[in-house]
Amino acid sequence: MSTTHDDAPLAAQVRHLEAVLEERGWLAPGEIDERLDAFAAGGSPAHGAAIVARAWIDPDFRARLLADASAAIGELGFSMGGALQEQELIVVANDADEHHVVVCTLCSCYPIALLGPSPSWYKSEAYRSRVVRDPRGVLGELGLELPASTRITVWDASAESRYLVLPRRPEGTDDLTEAELAGLVTRKGLIGTAAV
Amino acid sequence: MPDHPDRFAPGDPVRTRITDPPGHTRLPRYARGARGVIVSTAGHHPLADERARGLPSAPRAVHHVRFAARDLFGEGDHAVVVELWEDYLEPDEERSSR
Repeated sequence: MSTTHDDAPLAAQVRHLEAVLEERGWLAPGEIDERLDAFAAGGSPAHGAAIVARAWIDPDFRARLLADASAAIGELGFSMGGALQEQELIVVANDADEHHVVVCTLCSCYPIALLGPSPSWYKSEAYRSRVVRDPRGVLGELGLELPASTRITVWDASAESRYLVLPRRPEGTDDLTEAELAGLVTRKGLIGTAAV
Repeated sequence: MPDHPDRFAPGDPVRTRITDPPGHTRLPRYARGARGVIVSTAGHHPLADERARGLPSAPRAVHHVRFAARDLFGEGDHAVVVELWEDYLEPDEERSSR
């Protein structure tokens, strides 16, 4: 687990290992890059936003999403496949009483297929170590002041599930189309470090 | 499928192991030796600790365990849900017998 970005020695080791594996014919030249590109390709926060917008306008979809997110996102053409093993998606919904925020304290687990590559702060030691201990303080620093009456639940992606936060639908958005609603949703909102 | 029934069910009070294993594990340090409650089951998966060592590992239950911040850090009014293999958990006899 690297906590800083002084990755040069590690990168050299990885290149060496790659060369040895290629020499022995266990790995085709460039195969790792191709795999990584394929995994990251197509992942975008727009996918997460589309899921949220549908949940805001369709209560039945919302119920299916909260009960079995991995299956429900298939209705919109998304899936949690693409990684080495299929991951389970869990969607947690914010309401007036409870706000959810996601972290991976052990490394940087993140639903790449639905959010794209994770932001650098999500992988930072500061976020990972502090948000479990003082989420209200960290959210405040990130610009999200929650009412004292709102309970906070932090989800640590420590095993095989990946998490997506379903933000509350902002007031005054009754006339917006599904696409316009999706346009309101940010990556931070999907992680739980912003209201929407 | 797992070859033995789940050891825990939602609602069960549990205590996490206190051991600091020599190799890879997915029980975060801050959640060791802590009291929590099972909220749901997150499927059945081979134990990451064994897979990391290249050992065969049968799928076993992974649970979402909810901890009060106070029980983890001695302060705070929030909750933390950690996803933990059943191997990391022991029944919290003291609370289940109440």
